[in-house]
Amino acid sequence: MGDLVWIFFSSMVVNNFTLMLFLGLCPFLGVSGKIETALRMGAANTFVLVMTSLAVWVLNTFILSHAPYLRLIAFIIVIASLVQIVEMVIKKLSRALFRALGIYLPLITTNCAILALAIFQTNRDYTLAQGLVFAVGSGGGLALALVLMASIRESVELADVPALAQGTALVLFIAGSLSLAFMGFAGLLSSG
Amino acid sequence: MSQEMSPPPPHPAAHGADGLAERRRAVPPNVDLVKGVWRENPVLIQLLGLCPTLAVTNSVANSVVMGIATFFVLVGSSLLVSTFRRRIPNEVRIATYILIIATFVTIAEFALQALVPGIYKALGPFVALIVVNCIILGRQEAFAGRNPVGRSVLDAVGMGAGFMIALLIMGSVREILGSGTFLGVSLFGPRYEPWVIMVLPPGGFFTLAFVLLTISWWKRRQPALAKAAEPRGLVVAERAA
Repeated sequence: MGDLVWIFFSSMVVNNFTLMLFLGLCPFLGVSGKIETALRMGAANTFVLVMTSLAVWVLNTFILSHAPYLRLIAFIIVIASLVQIVEMVIKKLSRALFRALGIYLPLITTNCAILALAIFQTNRDYTLAQGLVFAVGSGGGLALALVLMASIRESVELADVPALAQGTALVLFIAGSLSLAFMGFAGLLSSG
Repeated sequence: MSQEMSPPPPHPAAHGADGLAERRRAVPPNVDLVKGVWRENPVLIQLLGLCPTLAVTNSVANSVVMGIATFFVLVGSSLLVSTFRRRIPNEVRIATYILIIATFVTIAEFALQALVPGIYKALGPFVALIVVNCIILGRQEAFAGRNPVGRSVLDAVGMGAGFMIALLIMGSVREILGSGTFLGVSLFGPRYEPWVIMVLPPGGFFTLAFVLLTISWWKRRQPALAKAAEPRGLVVAERAA
């Protein structure tokens, strides 16, 4: 139980995917303009991460032990088709959820956070439970970073920023400061 | 690696059957090659592939190895995709592209593991993550899938070089400031106090922000200078696109 809690916090704040490991930067820079969209993107990401974690565990346990060199190709195919299936199922089951997540789901296929989760999970030999906790933790971390970024950007919109720094440069400065703040969590790891 | 991949400049006769390509041959080969290096630089101008740009550039050696690996994958997939562009059904083209890219990444991963195990370890998951680098898929979709082999490879070489240049800029700034070294060679002597923050994650964000600021300042200064001497090559490229 203890190591599950540790995995959860480590993946959520200490080794935050976006701010510490630079994974999933495209949505972080692209769709972090509004808090609401950021929340939905975070939710969609977490959902796909959990599904991926499940699929990767099945792949690793039953199939890839026979052909380890196919790892990367198998992961990317499974993730791409999984996202497609999830999209179809959600569309059938819940129109409201589909409308909320709809446009973000296809984008997630090429999000490096998803493939990275699969690779980390394999490299660290996580069990099913550990993998799922890891997926929820990292999804939560992604959502946290997205929402923090969106709320800062919403306030900065009213500020008088020099024309030169507007756009991506400003977002990167904010991201750097957030990353700096998250470095404070590193202490949790060594003491815990 | 780069030498054996780069083809001879495309010859008009080589694509005689390709009517469309023949008309487009008006584009001089150097335009395809050069645009990726600066004017359409994938990282600094198009802002694609930011994850590896920020994650692996804490030293020059890592940046160079990552740049070479991505270059190899990009040129190899462009070569293959443009060769088979008429046989790939339109509905499954993205899946096919990803499969081709994943194959080349697997090759690159094993090669790095064998040749430079230390750096391979430092790069961590980011070698495998070349698969989802948007620069590579973007070039297949936007260029290699609809252009002849020669032009696609030139385009890939240019874009790959542009990516390498961006990584090298980031890597140099971060290693020089963050460790006081360049490729491991000490620059300022023992009295230099390194800015450790530059090799840590926040340093990546700040360095890229400053690089982008410099570029936008440079571009803003540019129109006045450019108006005097509008390069003709760019106009040709625009018409072809």
